[in-house]
Amino acid sequence: MLYAMCFALFMLGLYCAVVKKNMVKIVLGIVIMEYAVNLFLILLGFRTDAVAPIVDRQFLETGADGMTVTGAFLRQAVDPLPQALVLTSIVISLGTLALMISVCIRIYGKYGTFDITEIRRLKG
Amino acid sequence: MLIFYALLLFMIIAALIAVETKNLLGAVICVGAIGFGGALMFLFLRAPDIAITQIVVEVLSLIILIRATIARHVTPVSGDREFVGAVVSVAIVLTLFVAGVKVLDALPPFGDPIFVRTPGAASQTYLEQGLRQTGAANIVSSVILDYRAYDTLGEATVLFTSILGAAAILRGKSRKLVKESDA
Repeated sequence: MLYAMCFALFMLGLYCAVVKKNMVKIVLGIVIMEYAVNLFLILLGFRTDAVAPIVDRQFLETGADGMTVTGAFLRQAVDPLPQALVLTSIVISLGTLALMISVCIRIYGKYGTFDITEIRRLKG
Repeated sequence: MLIFYALLLFMIIAALIAVETKNLLGAVICVGAIGFGGALMFLFLRAPDIAITQIVVEVLSLIILIRATIARHVTPVSGDREFVGAVVSVAIVLTLFVAGVKVLDALPPFGDPIFVRTPGAASQTYLEQGLRQTGAANIVSSVILDYRAYDTLGEATVLFTSILGAAAILRGKSRKLVKESDA
């Protein structure tokens, strides 16, 4: 059910990017899709009654070869790999947003409108 | 568990308002609400690193988006695209949604991640060996800064390239263009 709601959020973003005429709205739709995908990947790695993948003092034990993590940590920690990759993805989404918005500002400066149909008309 | 449903519902409602409102600044603020709701959700999903990053990125992207929308005499862009096109788009989006929800059934239920069932999964190795091999108590930072450091290098490259592109696009007119407009 949570996955489906997350997917609905993605589809709202897709709808916004496909149907709207305003350029800024299209950018907002893409941003919503990015949020949904990031959230979905984190949802996939979650465990019930989980702890963050940070080794706390209570999860340390001294074994034969120095300090090791306990089995409780391995049973409880959430998946660290999607978290690391989503961290990358969030930062990159900021870069793409800056690029898209600068294109929008430039087009607004040239045509004086955010309406993509108007831009098409002025060009032809 | 209930908090996840509540937060996701909040995000979906904010997205609905952002998609349908006529006021551009209002839409931008609603997208900010989605982002901060997402940050809160990451916090409850036991991903504190992502929550912190999301808040920082969200503040920056709100500044960028408001820079694009405010202080412009924005002529209201009325209506959607052509009616037939809009109907077809909605139909396609709905079809994709129905088909995608079917696919989601194949995933393990929420709260039961895939890496637990996979023997020799990379995530399991990181959790077991991360502290000993890298010395970082935070497994996520041991992944992004040690096991997959090239990934982070690529991320920084992409970020700086896009900022470079934005700077090149937003730069004022070049000398050649100024000369042409004078002539």
